[in-house]
Amino acid sequence: MRQRNIGDVILDVRNISLAFGGVKALQSISFDVREHEVRAIIGPNGAGKSSMLNCINGVYHPQEGEIVYKGEVRRDMDTHHAAESGIARTFQNLALFKGMSVLDNIMTGRNLKMKTGILAQALHFGPARAEELREREFCEHVIDFLEIQPYRKTPVGRLPYGLQKRVDLGRALAAQPQVLLLDEPMAGMNVEEKQDMCRFVLDINDEFGTTIVLIEHDMGVVMDISDRVVVLDYGKKIGDGTPDEVRNDPEVIRAYLGAGH
Amino acid sequence: MFYRENGQFKASYVEDQQILGIRQDRWFIFGLIAFALFAVPYLASDYMFRAVLIPFLIVSLAAIGLNLLVGYCGQISLGHAAFMGIGAYAAYNLVVRFPQLNFILVLVLAGLIAALVGILFGLPSLQIKGLYLGVATLAAQFFIDWVFARVKWFTNYSPSGSVSTAPIEMFGFKFDTPTERYLLVLVVVIVFALMAKNLVRGHIGRSWMAMRDMDVAAEVIGIRPMYAKLSAFAVSAFYAGVAGAMWGFVHLGSWEPAAFSVNFSLNLLFMIIIGGMGSILGSFIGAAFIVLLPITLNQILPVLGGLVGMNFGTALASHMEFMIFGALIIFFLIVEPLGIARLWAIGKEKLRLWPFPH
Ligand SMILES: Nc1ncnc2c1ncn2[C@@H]1O[C@H](COP(=O)(O)OP(=O)(O)OP(=O)(O)O)[C@@H](O)[C@H]1O
Ligand SMILES: [Mg+2]
Repeated sequence: MRQRNIGDVILDVRNISLAFGGVKALQSISFDVREHEVRAIIGPNGAGKSSMLNCINGVYHPQEGEIVYKGEVRRDMDTHHAAESGIARTFQNLALFKGMSVLDNIMTGRNLKMKTGILAQALHFGPARAEELREREFCEHVIDFLEIQPYRKTPVGRLPYGLQKRVDLGRALAAQPQVLLLDEPMAGMNVEEKQDMCRFVLDINDEFGTTIVLIEHDMGVVMDISDRVVVLDYGKKIGDGTPDEVRNDPEVIRAYLGAGH
Repeated sequence: MFYRENGQFKASYVEDQQILGIRQDRWFIFGLIAFALFAVPYLASDYMFRAVLIPFLIVSLAAIGLNLLVGYCGQISLGHAAFMGIGAYAAYNLVVRFPQLNFILVLVLAGLIAALVGILFGLPSLQIKGLYLGVATLAAQFFIDWVFARVKWFTNYSPSGSVSTAPIEMFGFKFDTPTERYLLVLVVVIVFALMAKNLVRGHIGRSWMAMRDMDVAAEVIGIRPMYAKLSAFAVSAFYAGVAGAMWGFVHLGSWEPAAFSVNFSLNLLFMIIIGGMGSILGSFIGAAFIVLLPITLNQILPVLGGLVGMNFGTALASHMEFMIFGALIIFFLIVEPLGIARLWAIGKEKLRLWPFPH
């Protein structure tokens, strides 16, 4: 068993409701995330899982509810504020910068840490150069950590799917996030790739203490690596608790069996 | 010797971050710059300077500017020549009203004024994309054309509407021969091209490319779309402004508002499509192409006509020009949107593997 050191609530989602026209994607969802934990969100297709992450980092703006992050209460999040205050994420459908190399994608993930002005960069002198090298060095650590050294200069579009998922993770890690939102990081992978990805997620959580909110369909993975699980179904929360509690919850079983799982 | 980075080990990130990673590339570019600086002045004729080299260099700079916006940031401008016009008229007014200003300072100020206008006309990009943004920039072009044709203050109340410039003088030195003008333009273009290269490999350039490739992901990383897009418009218009000021002062000498018309804007767009979107080198290649093709056709067609016993006039040359441009643009848009620079890169990659194909 891993040594755990779970802290206080860092992110508290309260009564979030989100609708797209007539589609009620989220209906009064509440749950909390504790510092350093691995929190999973599960549920059948279309349950509203991705929408939930999108509310947390300000891509979507819920019509109702509030989000409390690090003690600060907000009606909704704004992407820039979320990024600046330590929330990073990966995407369900790869959203890499296709025209850029692996290294540039990861460096872009660190853009917020880079502050030198346009003129200094155009001249590439003093501070601009020092900053570029310093952040490059950090990004090289990320690249080492994810074991993608050989592909540094490769355009991301040319990498196989599994590696692209890894680059997506690297881009999020480059920001040194406190909270990392992972939207189906293992979807579409083979068994070995999944094992690698699981290992990375756990290592990130162990080594850097990063809080992780993870959407995943693979029940085995979820039960193995998460501390607590939220279950969504058609925009409603139908379960919340440790993997064991959730697994034995009759309503969760019904939803999953009903959905043909 | 093989063309590749083998054996050229990079011991530090400083080395790895060099603009040109492969030693042969570096030699090639240094060689080219040295040749342009030291050999060309002795080799080229006055005609060559006036009709080919000076216009080529200046439009290259404008094309770089447009490429920063279109190729790197994924926005569109169908009115970039209007920003050149702003630069030209700004420089004209600065020189007329403050004759003692140094010409380099005039260039920079003209660029900054164009940048401000660029930001203004970049504002629609925060709300609209693609075709609609294209139309908005076209409206900017027509509006700016109209201002310079109608508001007499900008042309210093010249009765014909055309303006003419005095010869350029700096530090007591007059740039009056074509060679001297060529060298002036060359140095300015080299400096600004290097600065553009630095920008696109720095974090601002990455934020532009991120907006271009996947704007939602860019926002989630914390890149502000407003800052990324407007800075691209500003820098891009700055380059156009500097190029425009040189086009007016060094190339034309005197000009009318029509000198910076929508035709010119479209030509700039063709340059980056043919040369290569998202490539500084491609901007030069595209500019060379667009400047050289008409001249080459004018020279070659009569000779070809003579061979087959027909008289090919200049009208045919200009028709041919349109047909060739049209065909090439369609070809590049469909087959290789990254232009000649990309074909060049593919060639180099093959060369790096040669003679071992795997
Ligand atoms: N941008 C949007 N516009 C309109 N409807 C949307 C949008 N995003 C999500 N929805 C709808 O909201 C509902 C929840 O979608 P969401 O993507 O959050 O589900 P999910 O649980 O992530 O599903 P999956 O497992 O397939 O990824 C779906 O009915 C979806 O069609
Ligand atoms: Mg989803």
